[in-house]
Amino acid sequence: MKKVLYPVIMLFIIIFAACGGPGDVKIPYIETGVNPDSWALVPAGVFMKGPHNHETKIDYDYEIMVTHVTNAQYAEYLNEALAKGSIKVLENKVMGYYPGEEFHGYLHEFEIKAGDKVHVPLGEPGLRIGFDSKQFTVENGWENHPMVMVSWFGAKAYADFYGLRLPTEIEWEKAARGTDARSYPWGDEISRNQANYYASRDPFEKFFGKQGTTTPVGFYNGKKYDGYQTEKGLSPYGLYDMAGNVWQWAGDDYPDVHYRFMRGGSKISYDFGLRVYSQNAAGPDFYAISVGFRCARDVEKEG
Amino acid sequence: MISPANYYNYFFQSTKGLVLGAISVVAIITATWGLLSGPVAESGIKEIVVGLLGMKLLPLERAGRIIMLYHTIAMVIVAIEVYFITSIVPMKKEQQSTINGTITVGYLTAVIFGLWFAYFGHNYLFHGLFLVGQSLVFFAGILLARALWPWNKQYYVSDPEYAHTKKGVDLERVAFFTMALATLGSAMFGAVTGSYWSNGHETFLAENLIRTPHKEPLQLSIIGHLHIMLTLVCVAITLVIGRWLDFKGIFHKIAMPLMIAGTIVITLGVWTVVPWEHLAHKFIYVGAVLVMSAALMLVIFGWRKLISERLAEQGLKKPGFWISLKALLHDPLKFGPLWQMVFMNFTVSGVGIFMAIKLELIFRVWPFMEERITLTGHWHILSALVATIILMYYADICGLKGKKRQWFGWIFIIGSDIAFGSMTIFSMKRLFVTEYYQQPVTDWTMLLTDIGLGALLVTLAVLLLWRLFDLFNKDGLWQQELTNPELDLNRTSAPAPLSSSNEYNVSGQEVK
Repeated sequence: MKKVLYPVIMLFIIIFAACGGPGDVKIPYIETGVNPDSWALVPAGVFMKGPHNHETKIDYDYEIMVTHVTNAQYAEYLNEALAKGSIKVLENKVMGYYPGEEFHGYLHEFEIKAGDKVHVPLGEPGLRIGFDSKQFTVENGWENHPMVMVSWFGAKAYADFYGLRLPTEIEWEKAARGTDARSYPWGDEISRNQANYYASRDPFEKFFGKQGTTTPVGFYNGKKYDGYQTEKGLSPYGLYDMAGNVWQWAGDDYPDVHYRFMRGGSKISYDFGLRVYSQNAAGPDFYAISVGFRCARDVEKEG
Repeated sequence: MISPANYYNYFFQSTKGLVLGAISVVAIITATWGLLSGPVAESGIKEIVVGLLGMKLLPLERAGRIIMLYHTIAMVIVAIEVYFITSIVPMKKEQQSTINGTITVGYLTAVIFGLWFAYFGHNYLFHGLFLVGQSLVFFAGILLARALWPWNKQYYVSDPEYAHTKKGVDLERVAFFTMALATLGSAMFGAVTGSYWSNGHETFLAENLIRTPHKEPLQLSIIGHLHIMLTLVCVAITLVIGRWLDFKGIFHKIAMPLMIAGTIVITLGVWTVVPWEHLAHKFIYVGAVLVMSAALMLVIFGWRKLISERLAEQGLKKPGFWISLKALLHDPLKFGPLWQMVFMNFTVSGVGIFMAIKLELIFRVWPFMEERITLTGHWHILSALVATIILMYYADICGLKGKKRQWFGWIFIIGSDIAFGSMTIFSMKRLFVTEYYQQPVTDWTMLLTDIGLGALLVTLAVLLLWRLFDLFNKDGLWQQELTNPELDLNRTSAPAPLSSSNEYNVSGQEVK
C-alpha cells in the first residue's frame, strides 16, 4: 500500500506545482513617492542587539539606503558593469569574479574557491530583469520593486561597483531597531497593512496567492493605493521595508561556515519572522524571489 | 444525585478517570493554542482568540512562550504514560496512588501556572509554581522508578512466554525501569540548563541547526534534552502498547534486551553530547537502531497476532494474502498504533536519515528557514503520532465497539497520516518545487493537513463530549470504570501471594 500511496501523493503535488504557478501576471506601476536613491544616517552609539537585548556599541556613523535596491537600479548597474567588463553573461547567467575565502576544513564548512560566481540567473521565473544580449531592461510595472533573484555575490558586486558595501548584521539591526528594545521597526505590534508578509492581504495577493509578490519599495508609507490603505512601516531612522517584502543580504562572512545571513523577513514569512532580530541564512550563491538587499556606506568625516 | 466523592474517586483515584482527565486537559490546550498558529492564524482567528482571552503576546518573548507551552503539554503526556505504567506494571497500590497523586498535582500545577505565566502576563510567583509543578512530576518519576525496581522477587516472571533472566527477573519490567531512570536523568539534563536561565543561559529553541556549528554547552544540553525526552516518551508508549497487546514469545524475548540496551545506549549518547558531540551521534545512531528494532519486533508480533486472532474467530485455516490483510485491518484501534510506528519511519526517521545523507543539498543550498521547517516538522510529527497512539489505546479502554470503533480508528489512522504525510511533503517541498511555484504546494499540503487534523480533532471532540455527558449518568460508563479502575490486560507477572493481593494494583483481577 505504502509503495503505491507515496508516489501517487508526490505525483499529485508535482502536477499541482507544475500547473499552478502565478504565470505571466501583468501588474500596474505604483508610485509610492519614496525615492530609492535616498540614504539615512545612523549615528554611532549603543543599541540593543538580538532577542535578549545585548547592549552593543557601533562606534562610527554610517549611512544605509532608505529602501531595498530596486529592479531599475540593478538593471542600470548591470548595463554599466557589463559595459565596463566587470561582469559577464555566460550560459544565461550574470557572472562575476570572486577571489574566494579562507577555508579551515571545519565540520560542514564548505569551501568557496576563487572563480566566476553566479550573480543573477537570467530567464528564471520571478526575475523581472530581461537581457536581449545587449541591454538589461525591467518588465513594466516592476521598476520600483526590490531586486530579487540576486545572489550574495551579485549583491556584493553591486555594492563594490559603486564604492558601497553590504551592511553587517549589527549595522542592519541597529538601523531597523533604533536604540530601544522594540521587535518591529515601528514598535511591538504588527498589522497586516504595515508590511508585506505571508497572508498579509496586500493587493498583490489577489494575483499571486498568499505568498504574494514583492511590493514596491516604500509601499507601506501611510498612503492609500486604489482603496488599499497602508500604515507607515518606518524604522526609527526613516527606513522602509526593514520588516517584510524581501530578505536582505548582510555583508558578514563568519569563519567555519561561510553562510551569508539575511535579515528582515519576507513576503513568505509569518509575522514573527519579520522581527528585527530574525535571521535567515544560505550559501552566497543562493538566490530566490524573496531575497534582495540594500547597501550601506561609511560617512566621510569633514576636514 | 451522584456523590462528589464519586467524581473525586473517578478523576483522581482510578486509572481510567485520570487518563480521561489528562486527555481532556491536553485537548483543551491543543484546541485553544492551535488557533494561534498556522493557517488558522492566517485567517485572523488568532487576533480574536488573543483579544477574547486577554493574552499578552510580546513578540520578543515568543520563543520563551513556546518552550513553556511545550513543557506543559509534555507534562500531561508524561502523566498519561505514568498512569498507564502504574496500572499495567505490577506494584503496590500504595505506590500507585502516591505516584499518580503526585504527578497529577504536578502536571496540573505546571499547566495552569505555566500557561498563565507565559500567556497572560508575567507574575513570577506563577513561574515559580510552574517549576514546582514540574518538580512534582520529577518526584513522581523517582517514586515510579522505585516502584519499578525489577530485582524484587515478588515480581519475578514464571511464565516462559515472557522475556526474563534465568533467575526470573522480568525483562519488560527492566525495560520500564531503565526508561524511567533514563527519563529522570534526561529531565535533569534540561533542568540544570534551565537553572542557568538569565544567568548565563538565554532562551533557545532546540532544533539542532547544522549551519550554526558553534553552540554553547548549555545550548547543546538543551538540544539533547528535547531529543532524548521525546525518544523516551516513544520508548514508554512502545512498552505500554506492547503490554496492551500482550507482547510475548520469541519476539518479546528478542525485543526486551534490545529495548533495554537501546535505551541505555541512546541516553548515554545524548548525555555525552556536550563534551563529545560528534562521538555522541555515533552512540545515538546505535541506540536508535536497537530501540527501533525492538519496536519492529512488536509490530511483527502484533500484526501476526491480529491476523491469527481474527482468522481463528472466522474459523479460517489457510487464508490467502487478501484474507490475511483483511484480518489485519479488521480492528483499526489495534492495527493503528502499530501502523503509526511504521508510518513514523516515513515522516520522522526517514526524513532524519534523508537529511543526514543529503547534508550537502539541504544545508548548503536550502535557506535556513527551510532547514528549520524540516527540523521542527519532524519532531512535531513524532509527538503528534505518539498522541494518536495514546488516543487509539484510550478509545479501546473506553470500550468502543462495532461501527464506532471502526469509524474512530480509521479516521484517526487516515486523518493523521494524511495530515502528517502532507506536512512532511510541505517541509521537503524544496526538493521538487522552487519558491516561485511553491504556493499551490503550500495550499494543497496545508489544506490536506487541515482536513486530516480537523477530522481527527472532531472525532476526538465527539469522544470527549460523549464521555462528558456520560458523567451525568449515574449508571454511566464512568461508574463501571470506577468499579474496575485498572486497565484490562495480561501482566507479565503477578505479585505473590495473590491471596493478599489487596495490596497490589492487580488485586481483584485474575492474572491469566
